[in-house]
Amino acid sequence: MFLINCPFCGEREQSEFKAGGEAHIERPKQPTELSDDEWAEFLFMRKNIKGVQFERWNHAHGCRKWFNIVRDTSNDQIKAVYKMGEKPPVK
Amino acid sequence: MSKNLRFKSSKQVDETYRISFKFNNKTYYGYKGDTLASALLANDIHLVGRSFKYHRPRGIMTAGSEEPNAIIQLHDNTSRTEPNVRATEIEIYEGLVASSQNCWPSVNFDIGGINNILSPILPAGFYYKTFMWPKSFWEKYEYFIRKSAGLGKSPKEADPDIYEHKYIHCDVLIIGAGISGIMAAKISAKNGLKTLLVDEKSFLGGSTIYDNSEFSKINNQITSSWLEKEINEISKLENLEIKTRTSVAAFHGYNFLLARENLTDHLPINQRENKIRHRLLKIRAKKVISATGAIERPLIFDNNDRPGILLSSAIKKYIDLYGVACGENNILFTNNDTAYETALSMVQRGIKVNAIIDNREEIDSKLSYEAEKNNIRIFKGYTVVDTYGYKRINGLSIMELSKDGQKVIGKKIRLSCDSLGVSGGWTPAVHLFTQSGGKLKFREDDQVFIPNKYPSDQLSIGSCNGDFSLEEITTNTVSSVKKFLNVNNTDYKTFEIITGINKSKRNIWLLPSDKILGKTKSFVDFQNDATAKDIKLALREGFRSIEHVKRYTTTGMGTDQGKLGNMHALGIISETAGTKMGEHGTTTFRPPYTPLTFGTIVGRNVGEFFDIIRRTPIHDWHVENNAKFENVGQWKRAWYYPKANENMHQAVQRESKAARDCAGILDASTLGKIDIQGTDASEFLNRVYTNAWSKLAIGKCRYGLMLNEDGMVYDDGVTTRLDENHYIMTTTTGGAANVLGKLEDYLQTEWPELDVYLSSVTDHYATISVCGPHSKKIVSKVIPDLDFSDEKFPHMSFKNTKIGQVKCRVMRISFTGEQSYEINIQSNYGKSVWEKCMEEGKDFNITPYGTETMHLLRAEKGFIIVGQDTDATMTPIDLQMDWIVSKKKYDFIGKRSLYRSDTIKDDRKQLVGLLTENPEEVLEEGAQIVADIKKSPIEMLGHVTSSYYSPNLNKSIALGVVKGGKKMIGQKLIIPMENKNINVTVADPVFLDKEGERLNAKL
Repeated sequence: MFLINCPFCGEREQSEFKAGGEAHIERPKQPTELSDDEWAEFLFMRKNIKGVQFERWNHAHGCRKWFNIVRDTSNDQIKAVYKMGEKPPVK
Repeated sequence: MSKNLRFKSSKQVDETYRISFKFNNKTYYGYKGDTLASALLANDIHLVGRSFKYHRPRGIMTAGSEEPNAIIQLHDNTSRTEPNVRATEIEIYEGLVASSQNCWPSVNFDIGGINNILSPILPAGFYYKTFMWPKSFWEKYEYFIRKSAGLGKSPKEADPDIYEHKYIHCDVLIIGAGISGIMAAKISAKNGLKTLLVDEKSFLGGSTIYDNSEFSKINNQITSSWLEKEINEISKLENLEIKTRTSVAAFHGYNFLLARENLTDHLPINQRENKIRHRLLKIRAKKVISATGAIERPLIFDNNDRPGILLSSAIKKYIDLYGVACGENNILFTNNDTAYETALSMVQRGIKVNAIIDNREEIDSKLSYEAEKNNIRIFKGYTVVDTYGYKRINGLSIMELSKDGQKVIGKKIRLSCDSLGVSGGWTPAVHLFTQSGGKLKFREDDQVFIPNKYPSDQLSIGSCNGDFSLEEITTNTVSSVKKFLNVNNTDYKTFEIITGINKSKRNIWLLPSDKILGKTKSFVDFQNDATAKDIKLALREGFRSIEHVKRYTTTGMGTDQGKLGNMHALGIISETAGTKMGEHGTTTFRPPYTPLTFGTIVGRNVGEFFDIIRRTPIHDWHVENNAKFENVGQWKRAWYYPKANENMHQAVQRESKAARDCAGILDASTLGKIDIQGTDASEFLNRVYTNAWSKLAIGKCRYGLMLNEDGMVYDDGVTTRLDENHYIMTTTTGGAANVLGKLEDYLQTEWPELDVYLSSVTDHYATISVCGPHSKKIVSKVIPDLDFSDEKFPHMSFKNTKIGQVKCRVMRISFTGEQSYEINIQSNYGKSVWEKCMEEGKDFNITPYGTETMHLLRAEKGFIIVGQDTDATMTPIDLQMDWIVSKKKYDFIGKRSLYRSDTIKDDRKQLVGLLTENPEEVLEEGAQIVADIKKSPIEMLGHVTSSYYSPNLNKSIALGVVKGGKKMIGQKLIIPMENKNINVTVADPVFLDKEGERLNAKL
């Protein structure tokens, strides 16, 4: 069970958080203009890689804020935590 | 007791405190400080159990948590009885009752022993090969296999003991209080670090604490005396907490560890009352030091499993710590020097050592010379080829090893003994290190796996790091701990070490025999009866991966997780496959290191604390009025209120009729309520619901449907505009938390520019729904100041009002199709307002109804229940709810998905009504719907989602989803059941009052 440094509350145990899948997938502003394939790309396609991954997390049993983390899925090391709307601090 | 196997003056055992205990129904005596194993050995009992597969007699093999054989059933009391308890770990107490496992009728005469004779036809994978043919027979085989499998018996009653969980945070956690752990604890605590030292045993000092030999000294003191002084010193340190009888079960990432602290298992039964039995420690340590020691390896030769064969180090421990000899005529068999320590311990106590068989041709150490001086015969370059004696070893034969160690040569020599100590060298206990994600490397010199790459801030020291000699342990511990903790000050300067041990070792994983392999039983995994032959067979049959060999042969899969034999399995695999050790990796060590009881895992979360129970403010009234309850998520909801001898059906029929003919009252407090405020609240609702919200007037209510982005129905409910920028949304009972989460997600991540604030207010209000033709009269009496006329208070509107001095909101909304009022009032007034409604409604036959009647009433109206009539594959179009999907809005959640190629298909499953040919026949929910039963395979068109007998329509009604159902109104379909086919007609899903006249009906 890893520790996550919530940008609003500080370091807390993983059990307080809820994972929200891949980060930086923006909802299209004009969905009606998209083809079925383009909409499906947004709707269904997600990466699941072994290695460094950008993820959305929610402090569900805390401040209930959403934020992003950069996590290495092979060893659960969290390389960065940053607020929604901010650019990832690492590549 | 005929033999004298107990010796005076042992450190651990208090000979003034005698304890009686029962083993296999016979009473024995031991002393305080004994383990069950040491007490049994003192009574000359070696045979304690039968092996898993062949039911071979097995005895005590070790003196610690690695024990594979001596596992017993503890307590005969059915609620406390516990299987697979290691006799080597359990401390005896007054009243202890234990018995052997896996034998019938007794451990001395076990019918299952026939498997030993049948063993040639029980090879590895026997079960897989035999019982899978024919495939359909597996169920019949399984019954018998399951009956004979398994070692002990689980308790049949609830566990009466108390358990708890505790969080611990520390700077440094040290696992293992042997010599290196003690030294590390001293360095850590003396440097001001908050330190926790844990050990699974009841005493500190590990194996060094009974190392009393003249040949082992630190700074001119006998090693054990030196360590005792160290322990005395650290026990006074303020920063140091020491926990004995505490076994680390799991080492997870981020230095999160679980340990079980055993608090009462060693106490006399009558002192355990009301005490916590086990405590599960959840430890977060900034730094972890593993000092878990090493486990001695057995040697793999024919019949190496007889009772009386022990690890050489275990024999030493029983002598030096417990004052117990394992036999009167002992032989030792070794490939390294440590067995000579055992021999000299025996000599010191006057116990006869018949011989030492040593694999090595050359032996050159102080200890071996001392052994020779004491007239012990040493057979150099020899191996044991067989042992004799069924329930206890009585002899063995040895032969000379060839130069390459692959064959035996010369003549067989037979020797007699009643105990054999074996030593195959040492295996670092790296289980916890690998659990944490650590990577091992293989050290060729002495054939051991040692820690290589640490995944977190941790360190391994002492023999678990491959430092076996006293010199390495002391020097390396100080230097590596200093560096790891980044401290300079220690009390330790230089160490002057005297040791008799020479490191030489002759490692042969599988010792040769004069018999062919197929005729031998050389056990690698003692608990699961996996032999060297089985492992070689698995390789011959094509298994290569160590993980596959493990599962096929069951090596390492017992309750001991192969702590003794895993290394040999790896060795035999790499020798047979001609690969290098380490190339195959090791099998994965998984938590727990030693088994945990379920009680420890759940702690206090038992009974009503297992999951949260949510009760409405009116709950007590429901209980007093004989309600039956239904679980909806964590909520307890009144299901129906049976009167006298009514069954559920009769109660629901009565309640349903009353609600339409007179008046009904429902506790709807569990519905989710979300308070929505902000200047963009209307825009927000426009985006999350399928219909339009901007034009909803203040004081009006509207039903809304919420979709997922994939266009599928997610939740529904009525939302009311309380003010210009203030709404209250209701959600389904089960969906409340998820809806709030989803809305927050969109607000925070997709539309942060919107000025909207959400608060969950579900628990703040009690919601009382009064419905039926008399409802208006009743609520008018409850709230006399409010004008309930249809003109002033029409359907789908709300009023702020007061009951007495208490503010409340009344919504005129309906889930039953009847005229209906929902009173929302601060929770703590809920019960009194409910009672007032009951009082004022008495003359109108007001009838409380539960969720079952609510479901029936709404089904008559064709109203859906999200999650019952929908799953995550239904669009609003599929539900025939096109009317609620705005064509004008540019966007809302899920809109784009409503015209994907898949969602616009005509033959999607669509919601329809179903009427049975026989109006008395009620369909089963979940039943399949088909059109043609002659064609094979029968095409499934859909299934029944809701089904009731309607007392208001006097017939059976049902809702279901049917492929292309919208266009099938009037068509006949079939519901095939186990013993009959039911004919149904597809109908409109609205069965009652299509025009909605009842919403304003006057009586």
